Amino acid sequence: MTDLTKLKISEARDLLAKGELSARELTEAHITAVEGFDALNAYIVQTPEKALEMADAADAKIKAGEQKGMTGIPVGIKDLFCTKGVETTACSHILNGFKPEYESTVTQNLWDDGAVMLGKLNMDEFAMGSSNETSYYGPVKNPWRKGDVDTVPGGSSGGSVASVAGFAAMGATASDTGGSIRQPASFTGTFGIKPTYGRCSRYGMVAFASSLDQAGTITRSVRDGAIMLESISGFDPKDSTSIDMAVPNFEAALTGDIRGMKVGIPQEYHLAGMPGEIEALWHKGIEWMKEAGAEVVDINLPHTKYALPTYYIVAPAEASSNLARYDGVRYGLRETPENGGLIDMYEATRAAGFGDEVKRRIMIGTYVLSAGYYDAYYLKAQKVRQLISDDFARAFEQCDVILTPTAPSAAFAFGEKTDDPLAMYLNDVFTVPASLAGLPGSSVPAGLDADGLPLGLQVLGKPWDEETVLKVSEVIEKAAAITAAPNEWWR
Amino acid sequence: MSEIDKATVAKIARLSRIKIEEDKLEPLAGELNNILGWVEQLGEVNTDTIEPMASPVNAKLRWRDDVINDGDKQESVLKNAAKAEFGFFAVPKVIE
Amino acid sequence: MSEYRIQGATGDFEVVIGLEVHAQVISKSKLFSGAATEFGAEPNSQVSLVDAAMPGMLPTINGECVRQAVRTGLALGAQINKFSVFDRKNYFYADLPQGYQISQFKHPVVGEGTILLDLGDGKTKEVGVERIHLEQDAGKSMHDQHPQFTYVDLNRSGVALMEIVSKPDMRSPEEAGAYLTKLRTILRYIGTCDGNMEQGSMRADVNVSVRRPGEPLGTRCEIKNVNSIRFVRQAIEVEARRQVDILEDGGEIDQETRLFDPNKGETRSMRSKEEAHDYRYFPDPDLLPVEFDDAFVDAARESLPELPDDKRKRFVDDLGVSDYNASVLVAEKENADYFEELLAKLGNADMAKKASNWVISDLFGLLNKAGKTISESPVSPEQGAELLGLIEDGTISGRTAKDVFEEMFETGKNAAVIVDEKGLKQVSDTGELEKIIDTIIAANPGQVEQYRAGKTKLIGFFVGQVMKETGGAANPGVVNKLLQPKLDG
Ligand SMILES: [Mg+2]
Ligand SMILES: [Zn+2]
Repeated sequence: MTDLTKLKISEARDLLAKGELSARELTEAHITAVEGFDALNAYIVQTPEKALEMADAADAKIKAGEQKGMTGIPVGIKDLFCTKGVETTACSHILNGFKPEYESTVTQNLWDDGAVMLGKLNMDEFAMGSSNETSYYGPVKNPWRKGDVDTVPGGSSGGSVASVAGFAAMGATASDTGGSIRQPASFTGTFGIKPTYGRCSRYGMVAFASSLDQAGTITRSVRDGAIMLESISGFDPKDSTSIDMAVPNFEAALTGDIRGMKVGIPQEYHLAGMPGEIEALWHKGIEWMKEAGAEVVDINLPHTKYALPTYYIVAPAEASSNLARYDGVRYGLRETPENGGLIDMYEATRAAGFGDEVKRRIMIGTYVLSAGYYDAYYLKAQKVRQLISDDFARAFEQCDVILTPTAPSAAFAFGEKTDDPLAMYLNDVFTVPASLAGLPGSSVPAGLDADGLPLGLQVLGKPWDEETVLKVSEVIEKAAAITAAPNEWWR
Repeated sequence: MSEIDKATVAKIARLSRIKIEEDKLEPLAGELNNILGWVEQLGEVNTDTIEPMASPVNAKLRWRDDVINDGDKQESVLKNAAKAEFGFFAVPKVIE
Repeated sequence: MSEYRIQGATGDFEVVIGLEVHAQVISKSKLFSGAATEFGAEPNSQVSLVDAAMPGMLPTINGECVRQAVRTGLALGAQINKFSVFDRKNYFYADLPQGYQISQFKHPVVGEGTILLDLGDGKTKEVGVERIHLEQDAGKSMHDQHPQFTYVDLNRSGVALMEIVSKPDMRSPEEAGAYLTKLRTILRYIGTCDGNMEQGSMRADVNVSVRRPGEPLGTRCEIKNVNSIRFVRQAIEVEARRQVDILEDGGEIDQETRLFDPNKGETRSMRSKEEAHDYRYFPDPDLLPVEFDDAFVDAARESLPELPDDKRKRFVDDLGVSDYNASVLVAEKENADYFEELLAKLGNADMAKKASNWVISDLFGLLNKAGKTISESPVSPEQGAELLGLIEDGTISGRTAKDVFEEMFETGKNAAVIVDEKGLKQVSDTGELEKIIDTIIAANPGQVEQYRAGKTKLIGFFVGQVMKETGGAANPGVVNKLLQPKLDG
């Protein structure tokens, strides 16, 4: 074994089980990888000592015959998840220095299974962004370059995808509000899965838009995604929107058998002006489905074009309220102008603490909820959201799963879209509808574009049917058989 | 639907408790107008008979039992505060 | 009661009053967290990370608070909404950690109901309740502890409140006072709020407007957080007067929030809190709709005790207690409880009227003098029943009973013990009394003659003589019975 960081979670798990590998060895290799990963700016906090402690505990667990899927597996944690005693800022200056006195349920589930924490991963500030350029700690670089030009890793889970694609973590937690798992997975050739809203607890996950936020995972294979997702999932009484449903054995769903399955192709996702390569990739995916014995059916999601505007009302509205707690009183940054009163402190703190995109969304959200505009914007968006959700319900009467491209393009260069918020928002055109409906969805690496950059296909399932999403994802993964990897220019 | 002017931006900023410098109001008004102009396409959709959707979860609220199982952690509560004294959070004096 | 009018220089004005009462729900833990609700703890010690609005913390609802709101609604005969929604009310304040209050806006848990006011002399008036919704209390800001800083304590943050909103049905300070009194009585009966206004577990926002009788509603002002019934009455008086003065001067009323200053006896504008309020209510996405079924409502109804209006009616109709006594007894649940226990121990419903008189004049008299509440009474209902029994069976006279009771009140001793120790048993032995009566009749021939000539009032003179002879121990009833035939000859 030359490079332990190249192992998949499933492979490491089997080696750990056989005693051919220790969690400590695996963790040490990853600590080294993380240290050599600075150029990508993926980690904003590294926790090597904690990692080694956890690795030793994992080794003891394995010896005691208590190994689970994630035992001894080194992972990175998106900075959106509160980790007890470890700085958690959601990559916002306003949470400067914040060390939670509590652990998020998602991370606690991982630690309970014996996973090992390597550190906290960079992200767009408060998960608001699609290129990881809004982080207070600076942008994350995509391990995949366009020639020798740096590209964005996508967002908001930019640190998560970069660390996994670049072999600086075996898996990473991520979160998806409008596509923040799937779009960056597509940009980095990783597998990202967002489960059904309510599958993973939101307790201890810094809120962006509560009715949309859902935790998920980034891994280098579908099987790894199944293993890690199973670990973080489950009912949590501390989250009123967590649903009391048994978590299936996700890995067992990976049978490769999709014969007779009906795969829906939404006609509205054929966007005018979409790069030919994306269209071609989609068609390739459709062929793979047929070859595997599935039946491909055209479906309609008539309100698709309204999903983005709906999202850009609902999400900022909820965010404007969720982010009101950052006021300088109980934690985080406080700016006190001389001779200023309480309101001056609020205004100065929030002006200094929030970045431009966050401010923009807070202001949009405040506006659409304010007196006289609520009905025209917010209420209207909630109604259209219902129509979008109904579209999917109707479509799923005709099919078992839906196949689409994940993003309308491959990874782009830094600064390419930062001046135009609307152009940036369009990145999420394929991912947002399912977020609004709360559906499970994945992005599977399915090919490379002419520049050698990864492209993903999106698989959407019925509520609570992550198993089908995983099963279909794995069939695509096998058919695509991608062997390319980033050239590790940072080493 | 409505044009956001400088004064409106200032009003929203005040409601949001975010200090925006005078010279930033105009450009911000432009940005917000762009975004709002774009979302206004929702006006095309007929939603007369549609109930608003507040959450993807179609369930009723789960209830907790009335037991005391939290609190009694003053230190944790105050630990991250910029200023805490005598067990209180301290903020710039409010004159009512 | 005659109609309440404010006399202006140009004529009379009518005042229109609506009340929003914030009543702290009786529950062990908070509305959305497991921290305790108890009053008076160390600052920030009854605070969970949820109450402090730490990042990623989420609310989970205390079912007992929903049940208490439903019970309150049922006690007010109100519509119970089996589907209700929690909304966020967004505003910034130092003691509002989330930057929003979780409340109910469009879909409250309780809809319309009524409260029957007791206006004295058996007069009543119905006041409509618009709605009751559940919401979180804020924390507490202290502005006077430090020259530069306001101190914030979040112990109250997240405690469940019921906001009980009346219709603008009240027309005088007295009616507003009667409304609060009655509401408090009901809440205390059913145990959903302790009604303690000093500790702030019941606070009133008072909406006041004035108009010429018969004209449409005027512009109202909201007087915030008035914390005693007396202040509510005073605040209405001065606010109504202020508005009348403005109108008569040709001015207009600004719709605004005001504060009552009891020291100065005036209301003043709270401009600081007024600034650009736009609460941006929207459904809280961290919570789902509250839903329950008929069985839940039925169980809540079953759990209600007899309500004051029903109790009062029963006292009057079934027990023969006077209207006045009945209303005094039911005004506080503890009084009614004492009275009912007293009756139960007496085991004689016919004595209800006498028992009610004793509670209201004798017991309340001494309690008042001693500054004690009924639950602190040194004389238990059981002891009271024994005392009343001794009067009823003629062992002691009513006069003696007063002395015995005073001693009971002081020492906590039982009535029979005191009667024994002091030899207060009254003489009911007819043989002994007859002897005394005969002697007295013999000694007062003149009075006997006058009596027999028709001056029958003189019987009092003879009773008096017998009492004097027996040192007050004679049973006056027996004396009367014996005297009459002898005097009549
Ligand atoms: Mg109010
Ligand atoms: Zn209220």
